Order: sequence, then structure tokens, then C-alpha cells
Amino acid sequence: MRLSLLRLRRHKDFVGPERRLQRRRTIGRRLWPYLFVTPAALAIAAGFLYPLAKVVWFSFYSGSLGALTYVGTANYTGLWQDPVFFQSVLNNLKLLTTVPIMTILALLIALILNAQIRGWRQYRAIVFFPYILPATAIGLVFGYLLERNGVLNTQLRHWQLGWMAKDWLGSAADVVPAIGGVIIWQQLGFGVVVFAAALLAVPQELVEAAKLDGANGWQIQRAILIPYIRRTIEFFVVVEAITVLSSIFTYVYVLTKGGPAEASSVMEYYIFENGFENGAIGVASAAVVVLLVLACVLIGFYLRLRASGADTGR
Amino acid sequence: MKRVSVSLVQQALLILLSLVSLYPLWFAVQTALKTPQAYALDPSGLPRAPTLDNFLSLFDVMPFARWTLNSIVVSFVSVAAATLIAVLAAYAIVFGRFLGQRVFFNLNIALMALPPVALLVPLFTLMVQVGLINTLPSVTLVYAVLLIPFSVFFLVNFFRELPLELIEAATIDGASHMRILFRIVMPLSVATTATLVIVNAIWVWNELLFALVFLQNNSQRTLMAGLTLFQGRYSTNEPLVMAGAFLSILPLVILYLASQSFFVRGMTAGIGK
Repeated sequence: MRLSLLRLRRHKDFVGPERRLQRRRTIGRRLWPYLFVTPAALAIAAGFLYPLAKVVWFSFYSGSLGALTYVGTANYTGLWQDPVFFQSVLNNLKLLTTVPIMTILALLIALILNAQIRGWRQYRAIVFFPYILPATAIGLVFGYLLERNGVLNTQLRHWQLGWMAKDWLGSAADVVPAIGGVIIWQQLGFGVVVFAAALLAVPQELVEAAKLDGANGWQIQRAILIPYIRRTIEFFVVVEAITVLSSIFTYVYVLTKGGPAEASSVMEYYIFENGFENGAIGVASAAVVVLLVLACVLIGFYLRLRASGADTGR
Repeated sequence: MKRVSVSLVQQALLILLSLVSLYPLWFAVQTALKTPQAYALDPSGLPRAPTLDNFLSLFDVMPFARWTLNSIVVSFVSVAAATLIAVLAAYAIVFGRFLGQRVFFNLNIALMALPPVALLVPLFTLMVQVGLINTLPSVTLVYAVLLIPFSVFFLVNFFRELPLELIEAATIDGASHMRILFRIVMPLSVATTATLVIVNAIWVWNELLFALVFLQNNSQRTLMAGLTLFQGRYSTNEPLVMAGAFLSILPLVILYLASQSFFVRGMTAGIGK
């Protein structure tokens, strides 16, 4: 999922100021908003709503385009019996553990940066940098770094840590953690920047008052800073969870192509493989519906967080 | 004394973190400057005899220049279209009143969180039916649409900060809304629009899933889709692949170095006052 920190902006009532204008409006003038939103509405209808309806429809059909036959819920029962689909869902769930890791790491780094230590702006810029890079190129680089005799393992052996060296992308046991590591490497900086910005907004008086009361650095962080940016943390967690559940295809495709033997397949990869390598668009569509149901839970949290911002004004 | 040691530890941690953040890029650069033989002998060392041959052969073995051009054109057109459509919609949401206004805006917010893969199969069949599959317009159209919800959201939040008196005064003077938008609102939104354009262009530049599925002709690939083809064919020629990866990153590096503070400021504009 695409993000920017701007998503953290809160809801405001947007009809309020409009009322003042309303009085002067003639009937002819009321038409313009419809003209202005028509292109966006058409694009959303054709590019989002129609495909979403169509994918649900496809999930009850089998065969290729032009020769589709209705099969009822056979695609869904097929998913249920497919160990590869189970493995894919399981891998998505395993990768969700990257979210708490990322959140805690990003929070720690942001708290260090927040102490305004020398060079904090530069550090922030460097840590954020991986986030803007194409996952494709990142995947190519890490593909070589994580090879059996790649740079990572060579260095580990060099440091007498040979027991930590693994066939990261080639063994079924280590491949999912390896992909998770790459995801953390790229997404961490986003969290750092979000949290650092939120921390900057904490009123200095709060911190000063706590200091006067004799609170030490750790107490201030735990009792004041972290609670103050709680909403931002919640947002980050939900947004990253949606990302890890549904937008990590590129890492998997470039690093492993789902291998070895489907051990690192995720739902997106399963959809891609069935829809386009195997030509089973019905199966792929059923998997999309399952993914959407799972994602909807998170999207619900996301929308609720957004809406709650309007009530509290914070 | 204790304070000094704490800040030393913090500095050491941050330096380590910076090295970890930058090393993969450095690895790509130094590998791209080696011959395959030199890489095989010493994968992690500095290039002893740096060579630019890998960068040159990129353009020989595959239509690398064409892919780059494709990516530039696709990014430019899709971002321009999405921005224009989103500007109009956002203006109507903030300054107009229409049926379903709130629903429409909330729909945009919900669609920002929608996994793109959900749209892949039906949009693919749609593009087959209208005969656009394997052409650049197919991905350009899809990207333009996918960018709209976020762009609308982004612009609505900015437009709400504009002084309403300006719009009101112009309305009384009888200016049309098209005129107000392009003569008054847009000139005030240059920095915001620029941020939006950069963020969106980077997203399009980096996109792989749709490009991979929609573009199967060698000359019609985007850079990212082309790179994965490279990987398949030349995976044992690490320096060549790294040269390709590095060139695909280079525009982003330049953009980031040139406008980093603007970037971070722009992307964090929404939180904290």
C-alpha cells in the first residue's frame, strides 16, 4: 500500500465553510462541482469498483477468458484443499511479525533522534533513504548479498560467526525470515520519520514539567512521549500490517519467485502464479476475495483510526 | 561523564544504522564497477581496476535505453493525468457542494488502503478485451487510476488550509471556478503539488506487479519489469545486474539528494504543527 505521512492528517468537517458561500449561489452555479468530480468518479468506477465486482464474479467461474464456466464455490473449496495456498497465507501471517519489530526499532531510533543529538537530521535522511528505493532493485541487491556464499555469509564466517550463516534464500526454514529482514530494512525508515515528526510535536512544556518533578529520561519517554504519539503509532502499525499482508509481491518475486518449492509464496504471489502462469483466473480471483476479507479487517481499523481523529481533534 | 558515554553509544548505534542503510547501495555500485572475474574472486572488496564496461553492455544486451524511456513516459503521463483529475475533484470536495460529497471523499480514503493485487486479474482481462495489453497505455491508464484516491486525499487536506476569503472574493467578482482554481488556488499550491507529483512519480517508477503482467513485449517493458528479465537471464553476471539495478535507482538518488529536506518536510507535513 502506498503511503505518505500525510495520511496521518486528520479529518475535518468539510461542509462548514461551504455554507457561507451557499447563500450567494444560483442554481446554474450548483452544477460545477459535479463536472469537477466526474472524471475522478468515472476513473474510480472503471478502475476500482468495476474490477472489484468482476473479481468476485470471476471467483465463481473456471476456465480461461472467453470460455468461462460457472462452478459455484468450487474455487473456494479448491483453495481450502490446496497446501500451497495455506502455506501462502501462513507466510503472510509470519511476515506480520515484522510489524512489531519494525515499530519498536523505529520508535527507539526516533527517541534517540528526538534527543537532538549531533547530526540527527542527517541520520534521519539516511535512514529514510531505503524507503524511496524500488523494491525490485533492492531485491536484486539482497539476492546477491544473501546467497549461500554471498557477502553476508562470508562476513559472518570472517567474524567467527559461521554458525549464523544460512542458505537464506535457498532453505525452506530460513527464507521467510530473510524476506522479512529485507522488508524491515526498507520500511524501517518510514517509521522513524513518522515517529520523529510526531515526537517533535510534543509540547516542550510537558517534558519540562516532568523534568522539574524529577522524572528521568526513561520515565519521560515511557510516561509522556510514547503515550502522546500513541495515535501515530497505531496508524503506523495498521498501515504496515496492510502493507505486509497485501503489498510485498515484489520482494517475493525478485528474491525467491516463491521458492524453494513454494516455501516462500505469499497470497499475492499465489494470485499472480495462478492467474498468469497457470491461467486459472477463477482460482486467482477466489484467492483475491480471501485476501480482501482479511485485508478488510485491517482496513476497518484504519478507517476507524482516521474517523476517531475527527472526534478527539488530536 | 555518564551523559557523554550515553551519547557516544547513541552515535555509534546511529552510525551502524546508517552503514546498514547505505551498504546495499554501495554494494551495487562497487559490484557494477567490477568485471565478473573480479567479482568472483572478491565479492565484497573494493574494485581494484574499476570498469564502466557493465554500464555500456547493459545497452547492448537488452533494450535498456528503451525501457528507461518507457518508464519516464509512463511516469510522466500517468502522474500528469492523475494530478489533473485529482485537483478538480479535490477542489469540488473542498469548495463545492454536491450529492454524495462525504461518501465520495471517504471512498477515496478507503481505496487508498486497497491492495492493488485485487484489481490485477479483472484489469488484465479488461485490457485484453480493449486490445491494450502489451502496450504502454495499459499500465499508464491503470497507474493514473490507482494514484487518484491518494492524490485526492492529499490535495483535499491542503486545500482546506487555504483562506476561504480568497475564493469567496473571487466568486463575488464573478470569476468562474475553473479560473479560481487555476489562477488563485494552484499558484498557492505549487509546493504541495510538486510534493505530490514526486511521491506519485516515484511510486509509478518503482511499480512492478502490473508492469510485469501487462507488458510482455521486450520493447514495451518498463525499467522495473525489464530488470527482472535481466535477473532471469544474467543472474550469474552479478556486475551486469548490479549495473542495471544501480541505474534504475540513480534518478531517485539524485532527486533525493537535491530535494531531501523538502521531501521529508513535504511527506511529514500532515502531522505535528
